[in-house]
Amino acid sequence: MTALAANDVSLSWYEASARQRIDALVDAGSFAEFIGPEMREISPHLAIFDLPEQFDDGIVIGRGRLDGSPVLVAAQEGRFMGGAFGEVHGAKLTGILRAARALKQDMVILFDTGGVRLQEANAGELAIAEIMRAVVEARRAGVNVVGLIGGRAGCYGGGSLIAGTCSRLIISEQGRLSVSGPEVIETNKGIEEFDSRDRALVWRTMGGKHRYLFGGADIFVDDEVLAFRQAAIDALKVRRRWDPAVLKAEQKRLERRLQRFGEAKDAVEIWQTLGLDAPTEIPALPTDAFLRAAGKRENADDAR
Amino acid sequence: MEKLSFRLTATRSAGGTRAQAIVGVVASGNLEVLLERASPADTCTIDIATAAHGFGAVWDAVVRDFVARRSAGGLRISINDGGARPDTVALRLAQGIRKIEEPER
Repeated sequence: MTALAANDVSLSWYEASARQRIDALVDAGSFAEFIGPEMREISPHLAIFDLPEQFDDGIVIGRGRLDGSPVLVAAQEGRFMGGAFGEVHGAKLTGILRAARALKQDMVILFDTGGVRLQEANAGELAIAEIMRAVVEARRAGVNVVGLIGGRAGCYGGGSLIAGTCSRLIISEQGRLSVSGPEVIETNKGIEEFDSRDRALVWRTMGGKHRYLFGGADIFVDDEVLAFRQAAIDALKVRRRWDPAVLKAEQKRLERRLQRFGEAKDAVEIWQTLGLDAPTEIPALPTDAFLRAAGKRENADDAR
Repeated sequence: MEKLSFRLTATRSAGGTRAQAIVGVVASGNLEVLLERASPADTCTIDIATAAHGFGAVWDAVVRDFVARRSAGGLRISINDGGARPDTVALRLAQGIRKIEEPER
């Protein structure tokens, strides 16, 4: 595809809405939505709690082109109920992942979620399991499933489990990736374990820089829609294996990682153990300098 | 949820050819507005579901002002509201008209 098809908007990924992110990610004018807001496939549960509904249930799915190649897209809207997974929200993502497998088309998931929606928790938990299965089945069929993380809600709870099954993860400094969120850890383990109001602690523990250094994410980009677009194009060019040998190697790597860093009390100690120069300076580094400093980072190989 | 419905006569019909447009998000102090071409050309219908009860008179004033000022004829507008202020509602409605009138690519 020629440069004419590319978007040239400068926009913060963190600030953008789900629909703005899709428009800027795929080739200009190429996106066609499935089950759009006019279908009014809303949550069957929220009315019971007298809570407001959204016509797309907080997720936009459809197809588009990325640098000329067909791609399926799902984008969560983190501002609606924290981008949380409910029954319809989850079913839309499951459905498009199954389509990715059937059509043998690559897929990008724009995560922006706090996890399962508490008002429809059973349906949400089931959806997480179905989605993970659908990701794995798509990958077994040779489809790439790339996750993009850099939204306001981060990627927490069940969303982080799904992210763990993706073939590649792209993350920005603003992106956060963790199973339990800061408030959840503080509530369960106490403020001595984790002070959720300590923003610096939250970011150096769950933020994009640490996840990249620790092998939890594969590609680190600026908080910029075009940076995410270019990284997604690059990530989809490489086919990632997914078989028992890869999983066994990943299991070994994770065991080694736990032995190596298990005693660390803080992310800075992990960066020190990794052998990074000036580990305390990592949070303040701009992207270029950070990527140069990150040469000795952990690598997630093909299992991610 | 409080549900409100308005059916207003519009002097000007919406331009452009897009079948629909959506703006905004359902969050605290925010709302989503879905615009579809469905009503007769001289009519604008607006259906609202709002989390803030008892503001029917304010909604009435805002949507009447909107239909009087903008080209809203021929539109069926559906709103999910998370307790947005009247000025936010007016801006979102104006943004919706702008969006549905955008040339198609």
